[in-house]
Amino acid sequence: MLRKLLIGTALASGVAFAAHAEDVKEVQMLHWWTSGGEAAALNVLKQDLAKEGFAWKDVPVAGGGGDAAMTALKAMVAAGNYPTASQMLGYTVLDYAAAGVMGDLTETAIKEGWDKSVPAALQKFSVYDGKWVAAPVNVHSVNWLWINKAVMDKIGGTEPKTFDDFIALLDKAKAAGVIPLALGGQNWQEATMFDSVVLSTGGPEFYKKAFNDLDEESLKSDTMKKSFDNLAKLVTYVDPNFSGRDWNLATAMVIKGDALVQVMGDWAKGEFNAAKKVPGTDFLCYRFPGTDGSVVYNSDMFGMFNVPEDRKAAQIALATATLSKSFQSAFNVVKGSVPARTDVPDTDFDACGKKGMADLKAANEGGTLFGSLAQGYGAPPAVANAYKDVVSKFVHGQIKTSDEAVTQLVSAIEDAK
Amino acid sequence: MSAVATPARQNTGGIRARTVNRIVIYGLLALFALFYLMPLFVMLVTSFKTMDEIQNGNMLALPQAPTFAPWIRAWSEVCSGLTCVGMKGYFWNSIKMVVPAVVISTLLGALNGYVLTKWRFRGATLVFGLMLFACFIPFQSVLLPMATILGSFGRFGVKLQNATGLTFGFGNPTVNLVFVHVVYGIGFTTLFFRNYYEAFPNELVKAAQIDGASFFQIFRRIMLPNSLPIIVVTVIYQFTNIWNDFLFASAYAGSGDVMPMTVALNNVVNTSTGVVEYNVNMAAAMIAALPTLLVYVLAGRYFVRGLMAGAVKG
Amino acid sequence: MSTVAETSITLTPEHDARPGASVRSRLQDALPKLVLAPSFAASVVFVYGFILWTIYLSFTNSKTFPSYAITGPRAYQRLWRWTFESDPPSSWYTSITNMGIFGFLYISICLALGLFLAILLDQKIRGEGMLRPIYLYPMALSFIVTGVAWKWFLDPGLGLEQTLHQWGWTSFHFDWIKNKDFVIYTVVIAGVWQASGFIMAMFLAGLRGIDGEIMKAAQIDGATTFQLYRRIVIPLLRPIFLSALIVLAHLAIKSYDLVVALTSGGPGGSAWLPSNFMYEYTFKRNEMAVGSASAVIMLMTITAIIVPYLYSELREKPR
Repeated sequence: MLRKLLIGTALASGVAFAAHAEDVKEVQMLHWWTSGGEAAALNVLKQDLAKEGFAWKDVPVAGGGGDAAMTALKAMVAAGNYPTASQMLGYTVLDYAAAGVMGDLTETAIKEGWDKSVPAALQKFSVYDGKWVAAPVNVHSVNWLWINKAVMDKIGGTEPKTFDDFIALLDKAKAAGVIPLALGGQNWQEATMFDSVVLSTGGPEFYKKAFNDLDEESLKSDTMKKSFDNLAKLVTYVDPNFSGRDWNLATAMVIKGDALVQVMGDWAKGEFNAAKKVPGTDFLCYRFPGTDGSVVYNSDMFGMFNVPEDRKAAQIALATATLSKSFQSAFNVVKGSVPARTDVPDTDFDACGKKGMADLKAANEGGTLFGSLAQGYGAPPAVANAYKDVVSKFVHGQIKTSDEAVTQLVSAIEDAK
Repeated sequence: MSAVATPARQNTGGIRARTVNRIVIYGLLALFALFYLMPLFVMLVTSFKTMDEIQNGNMLALPQAPTFAPWIRAWSEVCSGLTCVGMKGYFWNSIKMVVPAVVISTLLGALNGYVLTKWRFRGATLVFGLMLFACFIPFQSVLLPMATILGSFGRFGVKLQNATGLTFGFGNPTVNLVFVHVVYGIGFTTLFFRNYYEAFPNELVKAAQIDGASFFQIFRRIMLPNSLPIIVVTVIYQFTNIWNDFLFASAYAGSGDVMPMTVALNNVVNTSTGVVEYNVNMAAAMIAALPTLLVYVLAGRYFVRGLMAGAVKG
Repeated sequence: MSTVAETSITLTPEHDARPGASVRSRLQDALPKLVLAPSFAASVVFVYGFILWTIYLSFTNSKTFPSYAITGPRAYQRLWRWTFESDPPSSWYTSITNMGIFGFLYISICLALGLFLAILLDQKIRGEGMLRPIYLYPMALSFIVTGVAWKWFLDPGLGLEQTLHQWGWTSFHFDWIKNKDFVIYTVVIAGVWQASGFIMAMFLAGLRGIDGEIMKAAQIDGATTFQLYRRIVIPLLRPIFLSALIVLAHLAIKSYDLVVALTSGGPGGSAWLPSNFMYEYTFKRNEMAVGSASAVIMLMTITAIIVPYLYSELREKPR
């Protein structure tokens, strides 16, 4: 019995492999977009490719915001089985490029004019050593407020323009018996909010110096201390149960009107969309007070691997389709983000999306487009995670004062560099 | 075998004590059953609720309008990535990996345990100790070197195919997973059998030997028939661990056509955007666990007392 | 105990002394070793080989990928510093102290509860066939989902606390999962729930393997139930204790997904275990050298605890 089973398995696998070796008109795609909306958006790409005769071999690995997928990717690369492309974030692309496993799309990039239409800040991650190694899919922006309009009207609030306005608004909500601030107490959410707080407290120059250049003077400055104090102020407005909450549950609190506002990246808009809420009538999107004019971004990219010649055609087709204007528009309308190229028409986007696109364009031209440290676009993962540790320990009380937080931040980042 | 519990004292006080004893035993067993059942209860009731009820009701409340829709969705519609065929599409992927891995590792464990207790040789204990300690290696730290080795299997498979037209399983993701699970499972299976056979009377083996029975004959005719309880434990352990493994499965067999159940379940459940369909998730989880649950119930029957008694004492 | 020890005599056939031992009989003698060899070889290569590889990496400057140039013990220096950095606690410090708390409670509660339930179930219980799977099933379910059920149950706003409040016990307070000092105990609760049933099964298998005659004899000698278990049954289960301990220790040090699914790391990372630390540093933070060093420290700690125990359990008994 056992022997039969084993021989059966061996034979079956031998045959399966034989059939498999012929496939070249196929893209093998590793990603972690498994939820309904994102998968639907990616399906558009699959269909675009099908029209050109390329099959889609899906390798979805969800979990931990891409952690599980990145682990799988590392194993695939170690085994020498490169996927055609993989969803990747920021510095990870550069790491893989430095290891020499990424392909070269420069020819296609020039032909399609990516170097002109993709913001320079993004090209820092999609171009390595003069070669295009990744196709950016979207640009997310982190410094947003998401507000329930009904609650806002009830408490008679208006758009906060400064941090103090924001505190006053939160106080109003508190007085009205609503949870003022919806926050999920996981380190990346806390750090994502802190990105905005730092930008608001110190201004664009300071943010760049501290969180993109990792300048030690800025990291240990009084401005940074003040930022931590401001964060501490914000944390007094969250409900006692916030610890460990998933971000989408925090968004749901705002959608349902249990809470007034959430500070979150524009992926939160996908939640409002899914709940059939309309910007302007059901919810409001404002820039985090004091950060108007700047955009703290992160971006999903499809890293393109150094595949054998016979798989290159499929890879180029995938990259071209990814950065086509039609896909950029269709995908980002669903995802809540904005296109990775600045020449896509904004006709299909809602009010928040239109504002996002305009802001991105302005920030790109004005030099106020900064990578989010919390989202892995400010510094390599080691530093970004050390930063998240410190912010989270500060929020949850392991680090007690802003003085201590600043000292810890400096030493943790120094350690991780 | 006789009851262990109660010394047979035949007076009325004894009978009353006995009754109290029984009540206490059953009471305790029931109490613990409640503790173990609680999460299953939460999952079950949730899987029959509508999303409205989940969001607005108490998690421990019974469903007011029970619906099978989440189960149907989980079974045949739910998406893992871009493929929406429900959980039913991944059973076979898991089964063809788990069954060979469990059978091979259990069999090897039984043989190893037999050798280590009944055919001791100089250094046997050291060998066992080393195999035992191997159980402790963190899987995360073998992930990459193992991937490299599996990659070379794959290249060898391509060579074989060029030479013979068949890969003989080299480079096949399912075969790779079977290999990995056998390698990291034999430590445990050997441990289980070795410690079970430790208490197994040597006289029987010796007698068979004098009767001229060979190494394998003794194993087949004497050891195996007396090993049912430990086979049950080993199979349960291996089946569960291999079935539920996510790390190796996602790293070595993540693509849709070979993806085992756990990876699919993770893709269904572990998404943090969009409204999380808890009812469908719970149903999917239970569907994914059906084979393991089935193994537990079926295998559990073989924990029968007295199994040894007849055979051993003859 | 002594019965077991004394009967485990060496059975290596003695006929090799006979004149004219054929090739066939020599093969027969080597057979046991040949049978064991593949398993042992696999352990040597895929476990000890990989351990050496990990040790090697811990002395390099490996980041995202392994790099093979030795650069010295910097990773260990960092871990050393973090070990004594307790204010505010470093993630590593939190991980190892949590491991102590979690490991001790998890293993001892599972052993005690498993043995207790097995003994209860062994009392000729009606409905054993129904109860057994109830105790066992938690092992069957992937923690990816049971984690959610537990998370709800322990969440003060959703689960036990809220339910009891609705039933009128408003002073009841249970928010361990949100509390940085107590969150690790919720991991213990969920862990015990998951594994204790399996330990019960192991003990049950052991109990079912015990020779009934021994117990009958003891009963006739007038031993009470308690004495019977204390003096005869539990000593006979000693090899099972060893198996159970190995299984539990292995589950304890690998309890990665338990922490993630239940607490997402806990407030400020307060629920981390060393396995979380190792995974984070190896795969998420791209500091493979530090991740490898932490794996080496974990293995060394296990060696220090397990090897003496193994030695005392396994050393050849005097004949």
